[in-house]
Amino acid sequence: MTTTSPLTLDEHDELLSGWGRTAPSRANIVRPSSAEQISDVIRSAGPRGVLARGLGRSYGDAAQSGGAQVFDMTQMRSFDVDIEAGTVTADAGASVDDLLRSIVPAGFFVPVTAGTRFVTIGGAIAADIHGKNHHVEGSFGAHVTRMRVVDGSGEVRDLAPDDPNTAEFFWATVGGMGLTGVIVEATFRLLPIETSQMSVDTTRCRDLDDVMSRMIEGDDDYRYSVAWIDTVAPTGRGVLTRGDHATRNQLDARSAADNLAYSTPSLPSAPPFVPGGLLNTATVRAFNEGWFRKHPKDRRGELTSIPAFFHPLDGVRDWNRVYGPRGFLQYQFVVPDSAGWIVERTLSRLRDVGAPSFLTVLKRFGPANPGPLSFPQPGWTLAADVPAANDELGSVLDELDELVAAEGGRLYLAKDSRQSPAMLAATYPRLGEWQAVRDRMDPRGVFTSDLGRRLSL
Amino acid sequence: MNDALGEVQSVLVLGGSSEIARATIAELPGNRLRRVVLAGRASSALDDAATAMTNLGIPAVEVAEFDAASTDTHGAFIDDVFDNSDIDLVILAFGVLGDQMTVEADPSQAVLIATVNYTGAVSVGLHVARRLRQQGHGQLVVLSSVAGDRARRSNYVYGSTKAGLDAFAQGLGDALQGSGASVLVVRPGMVRTRMSEGLPEAPMTTDPDVVGKAIVQALRKGKHTIYAPGPLRFLMGAVKAVPRPVFRKLPQ
Repeated sequence: MTTTSPLTLDEHDELLSGWGRTAPSRANIVRPSSAEQISDVIRSAGPRGVLARGLGRSYGDAAQSGGAQVFDMTQMRSFDVDIEAGTVTADAGASVDDLLRSIVPAGFFVPVTAGTRFVTIGGAIAADIHGKNHHVEGSFGAHVTRMRVVDGSGEVRDLAPDDPNTAEFFWATVGGMGLTGVIVEATFRLLPIETSQMSVDTTRCRDLDDVMSRMIEGDDDYRYSVAWIDTVAPTGRGVLTRGDHATRNQLDARSAADNLAYSTPSLPSAPPFVPGGLLNTATVRAFNEGWFRKHPKDRRGELTSIPAFFHPLDGVRDWNRVYGPRGFLQYQFVVPDSAGWIVERTLSRLRDVGAPSFLTVLKRFGPANPGPLSFPQPGWTLAADVPAANDELGSVLDELDELVAAEGGRLYLAKDSRQSPAMLAATYPRLGEWQAVRDRMDPRGVFTSDLGRRLSL
Repeated sequence: MNDALGEVQSVLVLGGSSEIARATIAELPGNRLRRVVLAGRASSALDDAATAMTNLGIPAVEVAEFDAASTDTHGAFIDDVFDNSDIDLVILAFGVLGDQMTVEADPSQAVLIATVNYTGAVSVGLHVARRLRQQGHGQLVVLSSVAGDRARRSNYVYGSTKAGLDAFAQGLGDALQGSGASVLVVRPGMVRTRMSEGLPEAPMTTDPDVVGKAIVQALRKGKHTIYAPGPLRFLMGAVKAVPRPVFRKLPQ
């Protein structure tokens, strides 16, 4: 007779973590190819539950669930473009990268893209991602016209924002971090484009006030706008890049002939092992100085490619390794315009504890959408990447959390990996409303994630 | 759940009145801790530990009856604790020192020490490991001792139980590799606690809060073995190299 040790790992077991490579947990990976398979697994789910995972680009613990069965959705990645209607119907596991290769040459762009194109459509909806155009066009969920979800009973449901019977389920799923059901397919509107080039205005700003006042004055004139901030410089100088898709008549004759050409550069990977401490104040200062100088003081109408404008970091694969074995986190909050001072405070407090960030971006958000857990709301959003191996980081971020909460702001769940349950409850006042709808979609509590456990969602 | 900075939300202390465990918990950020279970035999020391935890502001402090020597109760006990919520950190802190002269005169006393320190720890350690493996995350801290590094005339029965426990904990850590769970083996020197009260102080004798700090640092860094205080590692390296005939003659 053979016995199986309860400590033995299954061949489908994997340690999962987010993009920040912190707090991994083990799950049993299932690679479904149909909604029926997902239903079957949900119906027979064990006490640790199930969760869908896309490309693992959320920074923290949103797409992992210790001991659970985790659906790797990336096998379900086909999509169908309706050129007439200007929409696409995509499997949840299709990535923005997959889509762009096909839709850009056809004269379309995704309505919203994050800073990486390696996100799945399911993940884009579950996190309700935003991009450089939020101040004009809102977040991803605002462009979805219909989605298909497998709920906690294993039933397949079609949800639409304009259907009174399903609208509340739809909006609970937009920004619902995968805890209302498994998104298997979605239809959303595309943006027609004349060319695959971007027309970009770049401005170097001498300090943070300069950056912020230029954004307040000028952002409305641009579809896309974002500022990179030098966190090491005490003044918080920055580079503001704003633009739109170039029109055909902005191209020269040579590129106009191939106006929708799209290709992505393939650059090297980060090395597989990087020791901790490589990113310190000195190296970040050197990087930031170079990055700041690299940009012109003021340049108008420069033509750049889509990857260069939207996804510069996708050029280096696995760049998240540069933070060393203890990983990193991204602190991203939104605060109302009246609390713009928290941006400066955050940068100075991170400087105080020697938590350098070479990737810090500032952007303005437009109106919120109806999703109770959707992150964006009008005001400023700052996102700063910081190494986790810093003993003082926890208490400084807790202190900043209190300021953000007191001013009516909140943190982005797709980036969060350390806020407290009390912070979440205080800053997402519609949490109870969301939980009530979630309980109707998942009465047995099948959908679990480490994020959900940590924050008592 | 552990967060990105390694902070835990729930702790189970086996040997709930342990001063080292109490000092360890005091080092964790209080605003993240939600549940602490202190398991041990009913005693005023256990009640004091619970009061200290409550005074730290921890919302849910539970005291649970647990007897390390009653190994047949361990499975149900651990299941009860883990069924209530995930446990992020388990501190295996129980142990008895005994008096060497007494146990040499009464071997049944030696059996009791071995049953608690080794047999009981192996039993509950395997049950904890099973549940950590199931939940896919969590850390087990095992309080070993430098007494297990080299047997001494003055406490070799205690030392032998810690040597066995240490080897067990190392192997368990290897068995859990890839499971999301991990084991930290802690080898303190002499610590000023109830256990060592009245004994002459050895070199590098320290206080529980020094050990607690070292444990929390090691957990954050993902270490698997530490000495506390740290430099004991080198002292013990030297102690282990001393030939037996010489070692025997050293003051013990």
